[in-house]
Amino acid sequence: MKTVNFVRMTLPAKSVNEAYARVAAAALASQVDPTIEQMADIKTAVSEAVTNAIVHAYRGQEGGLVYITMRLMEDGSFIVSVRDRGCGIGDVRQAREPCFTTAPSEERSGMGFSIMEAFMDKLQVRSAPGRGTTVTMTKRLGR
Amino acid sequence: MNLKLLEEENVLHAVITGEIDHHNAVVLREKVDRQIAAMRPAGLVIDLSGVTFMDSSGLGFVMGRYRSMAGIGGQVTVKGATGRVETILQMSGAYRYVKLLDE
Repeated sequence: MKTVNFVRMTLPAKSVNEAYARVAAAALASQVDPTIEQMADIKTAVSEAVTNAIVHAYRGQEGGLVYITMRLMEDGSFIVSVRDRGCGIGDVRQAREPCFTTAPSEERSGMGFSIMEAFMDKLQVRSAPGRGTTVTMTKRLGR
Repeated sequence: MNLKLLEEENVLHAVITGEIDHHNAVVLREKVDRQIAAMRPAGLVIDLSGVTFMDSSGLGFVMGRYRSMAGIGGQVTVKGATGRVETILQMSGAYRYVKLLDE
């Protein structure tokens, strides 16, 4: 399918960039006239994915990078992928279960993947321990 | 994100406005816990009516305060959540632990 528009960005894994990433995603999505709810869904899902990269993949260490690619497709869908070169996930199925978290002391609720799944139409997680994780999400936009 | 802490008859009100994400949940947690420790209130009311965005970090904040308050025998009440903020609280089952104040 044809890509109508895209944005590619690389951000340092700093928590202050969580807001930047979700606002950028909403700005691109806004080009195809989404509903307010769809915008909120995208902002929330992108915020979850980027937070995971910062908190879990890089475990708060400085120097890590988060790579984000966002595409608007011909059929009005929005595809976003969030990639890191962090620690990776050993068991993706377990990580996607509600309330599973490896960082309870940091008050992680373990709901990140569940929220991404609920708010987007499609969620794909690819990970290799020691090499990193790519989360790709699709949302159909329009009224 | 902005936080206002108000004391009313042994109940602490945390009125949050703006966006709650991982970045500012850390700040919220520190400030609210410090006040809980100093005041030891019987109840904590988290007012989310002015919150325009919240992800699972906000949920972590709410559940974390449930634990802080449970530690001193107090209760947590959430009020004013709308839209996706409310969706996240509902879908997580948070209302099994914290009370929802209907107005």
